[in-house]
Amino acid sequence: MTPRNLITDALNTWCPGCGNFTIQHTLKNILAGMEKEGKSLDDVVLVTGIGCHAKMADYLNINSVYTLHGRTIPVATGIKLANPKLTVICCSGDGDCYAEGLDHLIFAAKRNIDITVIVHNNRVYGLTTGQYTPTSPLGFRGKSTPMGTAEYPFNPLELMLAGGATYIARGYTKKMDQLKNLLAQGISHHGFAFIDVLQICATFFPVADYYGSRVYDLAGNDTGDFEAACHVAREWDYNTDSRIALGLFYQRKAPTFEEAMLSPPVAVTGRQEAIASLLKSRT
Amino acid sequence: MKEVSVLIGGKAGDGINSAGAMVAQLLNHMGYRIYLYFDYPSLIRGGHNFAIIRGAEQGIGTCREKVDFVLALNKETVEKHRSMWHADTVVLVNADLVKGEGQGIPVKEILALENAPDIMGNSAVIGGFAKAAGIDWETVNAVFLSHIPKGVEMNLKVARRAYDMIAPTRPVSRFPSPALPLIAGNEAIGLGLLKGGLEAYVSYPMTPSSSLLHFLAEQKERFGIQVVHPESEIAVVLMGLGFACAGKRAAVGTSGGGFCLMTEGLSFEGMAELPLVLLVSQRTGPSTGLPTYTGQSDLRLVLHAGQGEFPRLIVAPGDALEAMYWSAVAMNLAWKYQVPAFILADKTLSEGTYSIDPAAFVDPPFADSPRWDGSVPYRRYADSPSGVSPLAFPGAKDAVVKVNSYAHDEPGITTEEGPMVAMMTEKRLRKWRGLAAEMDNYSPVSTSGAAGAPTALLCWGSTKGVCTEVAGALGLRVVQPVVLSPFPTRQVRKALEGTSRIICVEENATGQLGELAQQHGITADTRILKYDGRPFTREELEGKVREVLA
Repeated sequence: MTPRNLITDALNTWCPGCGNFTIQHTLKNILAGMEKEGKSLDDVVLVTGIGCHAKMADYLNINSVYTLHGRTIPVATGIKLANPKLTVICCSGDGDCYAEGLDHLIFAAKRNIDITVIVHNNRVYGLTTGQYTPTSPLGFRGKSTPMGTAEYPFNPLELMLAGGATYIARGYTKKMDQLKNLLAQGISHHGFAFIDVLQICATFFPVADYYGSRVYDLAGNDTGDFEAACHVAREWDYNTDSRIALGLFYQRKAPTFEEAMLSPPVAVTGRQEAIASLLKSRT
Repeated sequence: MKEVSVLIGGKAGDGINSAGAMVAQLLNHMGYRIYLYFDYPSLIRGGHNFAIIRGAEQGIGTCREKVDFVLALNKETVEKHRSMWHADTVVLVNADLVKGEGQGIPVKEILALENAPDIMGNSAVIGGFAKAAGIDWETVNAVFLSHIPKGVEMNLKVARRAYDMIAPTRPVSRFPSPALPLIAGNEAIGLGLLKGGLEAYVSYPMTPSSSLLHFLAEQKERFGIQVVHPESEIAVVLMGLGFACAGKRAAVGTSGGGFCLMTEGLSFEGMAELPLVLLVSQRTGPSTGLPTYTGQSDLRLVLHAGQGEFPRLIVAPGDALEAMYWSAVAMNLAWKYQVPAFILADKTLSEGTYSIDPAAFVDPPFADSPRWDGSVPYRRYADSPSGVSPLAFPGAKDAVVKVNSYAHDEPGITTEEGPMVAMMTEKRLRKWRGLAAEMDNYSPVSTSGAAGAPTALLCWGSTKGVCTEVAGALGLRVVQPVVLSPFPTRQVRKALEGTSRIICVEENATGQLGELAQQHGITADTRILKYDGRPFTREELEGKVREVLA
């Protein structure tokens, strides 16, 4: 079998230097690896929101649902419930997933639905040309906040720890090898996997130098220790200067939502009999 | 008596709904066709609840102004509904709580004699009613055995004690018709969806749609379906669309406020050509309005909701049998045309209980979209004369399925090219024409009353029942479009042929069906509107129609 061409003919319109290219190539490599290992890519579905990240749906030649701003997760949840055999990957943005669709993110973590959510966290709205997002630092001057924001960012890792996510990681688009491992492990994790990816927006928030001097790799951390994960997740609050840890913060096993929600189907004739018996019971 | 009406009332938490259901079953087993109306305020304990159970020889879908029996579990029931008594109304009261009115049933004493728990008190009242109405003990015994799941023996003993105390003051006739299933409108919608192949139901609680969520959640194993209650109506509609993307027949349910949250998802459904059924059960609006009361004020909302232009099917059944049939049709046509299909109901239909005759029910034909045959590379939005593209779902071998909310080309890749955008718009709108032509395979307009009468009552949804009765009494015809989008103009015109006067009857303040009909060149001469949250009674509407005709 010849491997699938994983990139479509769609014209790529990301800005030069955009971190989304790294995420695209990383996903492409992961998909190619899955195919090589004998997994059919017919069983993979990519679900995206709206924003620069979401163009991934047009660019990757796999099943995709290009949904609405903030709404990747409920669509992905429906798909996974409908067909648990599918591998469901969400590419979402920080405005997408942390602002418009935050409730869905927390509920997906709470339910432990077996999907993977990759947040392209560039900490700015790109496609709407430069406004602050929930993870922009305090005082961020964007088009909607020309005098600087008056609100602190929140820490999505802490939110996910509180929400009950069973796989929590942070990657960086300038650390592609590590990113590949974190995404691949997240996809193979049986349960809800969340990866916050620090992604460079070359046009509206080019902070590669800032990240470059602060990031370090988590090593030797006990990923099963919730308290330790909370501690290290709080080291950097997405606002004040500190070291920025990259890697797997936390992972645990737990029953998944789609397994708990399975209902054995009833054949058509069985259903007609069930309807008739229900009506009889109401007589 | 050719018909009988029973009012049972008490405070919230007294089990009025289940006691009402038992009264309905007693009359059902006496050969009556039933309509049960349940009235309750939006609270959990303490408010006044009542049910009116009406039985008649023929099928009915509305209440009378007067009742023949009052079963008062508290004093308020006597005080609030005195205007509904006539000279011969039989009043049975819980003697522990109501003094000096009607015939008392000493509920506490009976329970003490049988050492029965308080929860069985209603059985005493039901037993007393059965005797007053001249219902034989065998029938009471049979109904209790069939419909009381726990402690039936003790309930029967309690009922029997009251039965032996009360005189048969107002015996009701027995009709030869066999007992029929009694189901609520929302249950009928659920059964129709199941007949249409429902595999998943997704909903967030909101009166008056919630009882469908409860019914399907309780019965999901019997029917082999998934039932999900997510975090919001926004999540509801998108999860439903997720099921559709993966090839499962799904439905969602809500009322007006929840539907407002669904509209962005609805527009996505239209653009992405995903099949999903939406139940919108109306209550009194605007905003939170009267949560537990009825209304027909969301037709305009459902007709126009969602940005952009896309086809949609809207069916508004008028009773339980229609609800079952048209819910199955909605599911089938949603899948045949890959469009949103609405079931537009209201509190009167959703929470009213009706007799349905399964023998009178014919399953609508199964319908679906063609499937991709694998002979050419898959294009999710392949153009076709009907506008309908063959379906494939993720997991299908060698199909790359690309569903898109953006304007897109045939493979489903985003486009901003003008000619492609125009072509895809036309493709989607062709499905609207197909849907309209499809109506020749169904009866999208129900008619009743006197066929050739020069005056017609034009109505929609649950007012079918009251209009049918009033038309029967006054020699009018009733024209009730069940399908409201695409509007069956030709069929409505045909049903109105030969009329010289059209009276539009609606439970809203602006005449929304009248307006819709007007847009299609059909002009109502008069409107009779009601917008206090309560359904028309037979006498109320009859009086208003008489005024118009005078």
